[in-house]
Amino acid sequence: MFRNQYDTDVTTWSPTGRLFQVEYAMEAVKQGSAAIGLRSRSHVVLASVNKAQSELSSHQRKIFKVDDHIGVAIAGLTADGRVLSRYMRSESINHSFTYESPLPVGRLVVRLADKAQVCTQRSWKRPYGVGLLVGGLDESGAHLYYNCPSGNYFEYQAFAIGSRSQAAKTYLERRFKSFNESSREDLIKDAILAIRETLQGETLKSSLCTVSVLGVDEPFHFLDQESIQKVIDTFEKVPEEEEDGGEAEAEAAAAPAEQGGAGDQDVAPMEM
Amino acid sequence: MTKQHANWSPYDNNGGTCVAIAGSDYCVIAADTRMSTGYSILSRDYSKIHKLADKAVLSSSGFQADVKALQKVLKSRHLVYQHQHNKQMSCPAMAQLLSNTLYFKRFFPYYAFNVLGGLDEEGKGCVFTYDAVGSYEKVGYSAQGSGSTLIMPFLDNQLKSPSPLLLPAQDAITPLSEPEAVDLVKTVFASATERDIYTGDKLEIMILKADGIRTEVMELRKD
Repeated sequence: MFRNQYDTDVTTWSPTGRLFQVEYAMEAVKQGSAAIGLRSRSHVVLASVNKAQSELSSHQRKIFKVDDHIGVAIAGLTADGRVLSRYMRSESINHSFTYESPLPVGRLVVRLADKAQVCTQRSWKRPYGVGLLVGGLDESGAHLYYNCPSGNYFEYQAFAIGSRSQAAKTYLERRFKSFNESSREDLIKDAILAIRETLQGETLKSSLCTVSVLGVDEPFHFLDQESIQKVIDTFEKVPEEEEDGGEAEAEAAAAPAEQGGAGDQDVAPMEM
Repeated sequence: MTKQHANWSPYDNNGGTCVAIAGSDYCVIAADTRMSTGYSILSRDYSKIHKLADKAVLSSSGFQADVKALQKVLKSRHLVYQHQHNKQMSCPAMAQLLSNTLYFKRFFPYYAFNVLGGLDEEGKGCVFTYDAVGSYEKVGYSAQGSGSTLIMPFLDNQLKSPSPLLLPAQDAITPLSEPEAVDLVKTVFASATERDIYTGDKLEIMILKADGIRTEVMELRKD
């Protein structure tokens, strides 16, 4: 369409005031496999779907520890995500070294956003093709942020990014008001249930998802397969009886796979 | 015309002594807790021992401000290593890192006299001893600091470490049991405290084994 005329350079505006390269970068995020974050007053849970290129290969890591009190889940070009995680780790370590105290999450996401913005205003660069869900704990409590390739960032109670994330978002929208007061276990359960939404019919197994937790008195760490399977077993065995499970399944089937459709067939090898 | 000299020094010596002994499956790292400057005591309860990794513990005497700075650098570097390799640094790896970090400041050195103790990849005790600019050697036991000249000859006498020049190469591990090693350390510090004014107050001993770290504290003469 018309937009092909103004989309070659990131430094070219379209007549309607859009930067198409930046918007295309945000599309890349939607192609990656789902990543979900939720937070309560005291904990943050980050979860992701383990999608492998083929049966022969292993899945790519999408959740990274930045520090004891900060974790990040990515969706989109995982290579870009890895590089940004390394930057975040470096910033965190340098802050700890200088100030002998943990880097507040809010400061980290601003630096990340500013770094992303630079790539939207240089003709020799391209925007990062990765969305980051940054979860962390600082003096003002637990936080969850979403960093866009555009350089924008927003704080969330719960969010989902990547392919078929709309299903997860619908689930989270119904439940998010109770998250602040949720217990750690309920938060983990909600995260896994949200992941299940993105699988759309595929049986949920612990090998299909990665879950990480951080909270007050609990440094960032991954949950092992056993613990995840235990949580799955509490609801997967009786999916019809559980009211939420039944409702969610019906809704997921009804909702058209808007952004999932294009993503499934032609996923570029570098995007997971 | 004589050369003008500085009327201040960037360095100070806070005194103290550090000792480490390696065993077949343990490592003992000990240091006194007296921190001094000149003929004054700054603290009777200052720890000179710091855990760098699960299997590597550093004990340093000398200028404690430099020691603190050195520890911070090593701690940050260890974090980077953990992010990259998904595991803790082994003691021999930390030993090399410490050497490189010290030599990095070859022309404005860390005034730190270090002894690194821990367990190697096979679970055997190892001790590495350093000079201020990073020259290091793997040994079975070592002492550094103000009381080192009093302690080292006695350890040589008791532990008969084989020379690294011997062929065939002999292990640098001392054939001591853990209780014997701890006892030896206590004896050695009690003696050093008698004659070295910078050593005394309390003795802090860390015993590193595969299942974890144990700490013991013993009183020393306070004069």
